[in-house]
Amino acid sequence: MCGNEAMAEAAIQAGLDAYFGYPITPQNEVTAYMSQRMPEEKRVFVQSESELAAINMVFGAAATGKRTMTSSSSPGISLMQEGISYLAAAELPCVIVNVMRGGPGLGNIAPSQGDYFQSVKGGGHGDYHCIVFGPSSVQEFADIMPLAFDLADKYRTPAIILADGIIGQMMEPVVIPTNSKLTTQNLKLPKKDWALTGADGRKQNIVRSLWLGDGVVEQHNYDLQAKYRQIEKNEIRCEQSDVDDADIVIVAYGICARIARRAAQQAREQGIKVGCIRPITLWPFPSESISKAADKSPIFLVVEMSCGQMVEDVRLAVAGKSPVVFWGRPGGGIVTVEKVLEKIEQLIKKAKK
Amino acid sequence: MQTVFKRTPTLKDCPTHYCPGCGHGIAHRLVCEVIDELGIQSRTIGIAPVGCAVLAYDYFDVDMVEVAHGRAPAVATGMKRTNPDKIVFSYQGDGDLAAIGTAEIIHAAHRAEQLTVVFINNAVFGMTGGQMAPTTMLGQITATTQQGRQADGQGYPLNVSELLAVLPGAIYVERCGLCSPAHIRKAKAALKHAFELQINNAKGLSLVELLSPCPTYWRMTPPDSMLHIQNEMTKVFPFGRIKG
Repeated sequence: MCGNEAMAEAAIQAGLDAYFGYPITPQNEVTAYMSQRMPEEKRVFVQSESELAAINMVFGAAATGKRTMTSSSSPGISLMQEGISYLAAAELPCVIVNVMRGGPGLGNIAPSQGDYFQSVKGGGHGDYHCIVFGPSSVQEFADIMPLAFDLADKYRTPAIILADGIIGQMMEPVVIPTNSKLTTQNLKLPKKDWALTGADGRKQNIVRSLWLGDGVVEQHNYDLQAKYRQIEKNEIRCEQSDVDDADIVIVAYGICARIARRAAQQAREQGIKVGCIRPITLWPFPSESISKAADKSPIFLVVEMSCGQMVEDVRLAVAGKSPVVFWGRPGGGIVTVEKVLEKIEQLIKKAKK
Repeated sequence: MQTVFKRTPTLKDCPTHYCPGCGHGIAHRLVCEVIDELGIQSRTIGIAPVGCAVLAYDYFDVDMVEVAHGRAPAVATGMKRTNPDKIVFSYQGDGDLAAIGTAEIIHAAHRAEQLTVVFINNAVFGMTGGQMAPTTMLGQITATTQQGRQADGQGYPLNVSELLAVLPGAIYVERCGLCSPAHIRKAKAALKHAFELQINNAKGLSLVELLSPCPTYWRMTPPDSMLHIQNEMTKVFPFGRIKG
């Protein structure tokens, strides 16, 4: 299965009630797959008239307490930012999948990681965060779905899966997680007693993001921030390999992390000690793991398919303790093992001088 | 003493924030009366727009959501598709429905969503300070048409109801006015029909457009605003059942 299909099936198995989407390359396999499978499961599929409408359909379904998602690619995700801000403000759980492509503008349809800033720093207006995952294989793309839905429900927040054209299009053997408990630590999810289900024998429920009273939005922001601190405390996920003795630590996520890992292995074969840190959650960001690694003063090499976005968060985490170097390719350029290895060799040569 | 009139239970007992002579109060009461007469309060979900009626949930005692400007029909789609047993209605002004939300209302009708739409047309953006709406009359003075709206450069008043009526998915479209007791009774009957269609699982969208007075931004007295609807607005927005 390709990543887009594996992710879609995993979402269905995770109890997805409704999918809303609009065609855009390179995520069209998702809408096509959902259009077939959701009706088979007697669940809801709607092809919307725009991404604006899709995210607002998600808003509607989420407001009634249903598990719901949409997917798109970079330009479409830009259109959804209004809705994502409202979802975050109204604290509605949902999942948004971005199969990133080259940008800015219409860009191209090749894989990219250019939407990191947009996803982890807000994207829409106002002070808010979404939980953001960066899967690095088809299997992980699928595995993250039940987790994403559960964490969205647990914290009443939108969760974003930041994949790219390679993860979406690539075919790999995959086991669809059919039991969400596999990846969610047996989460006990809170009851959705806030949902709009009809005021039958109870007080009216209101889902809103407008608070006109003096200081009310200020307090709402503090409440949201308190929730974000909880997420930072509990939900950081990251993978490390060979970091302890490393002279160079590569930080990369998504498909870049796999390429970087291979380059690191090849470097080790040459006797260059290279380790890898792979953030699985991009927000919350594994700053502590990176900071700890920086205590031993290796050179940090950040590899991204962009002009350097996550590198800013790495620099913040390293806080001047180690040099941080960026290498990447924007606009649909794909990084290769050879190029990363070349960069590693250059860095080592320079360090020895 | 015999009680001859009382507030319908779904309309909350609270002071109004609307301007004197505004039509929203009448429209709110009519919608609540219809909900109570049809016995659907406990299974109705309402959608408040961006505009003067953004706080509609302060008046309607049903589950409600407030959504981004113009997106109510998309939100309603998400709600109704996942909750076909619920009665979902949106309450939208002419800035919300006829300007920024044009795509959403047309496509909700185009998909024949089983929704009820209450469309308040007062020919002006109220909440933001009386700017031109697509429905603003030619010659009408607003904050952004200070010499009066001119067709050349500002376009003609937009007849959304007539536009929607050509779509097969719009099964009932009627225009009424909140401008006299007789007209208000007619408006209530239309709203009731629009809700009944959804209750009876009729396959499509029903919309009732209510020409509604805005004395503040029309710069008129409330009685003159009522007369303005009957004598002027109906020349562009005629009353009657457009479809269904």
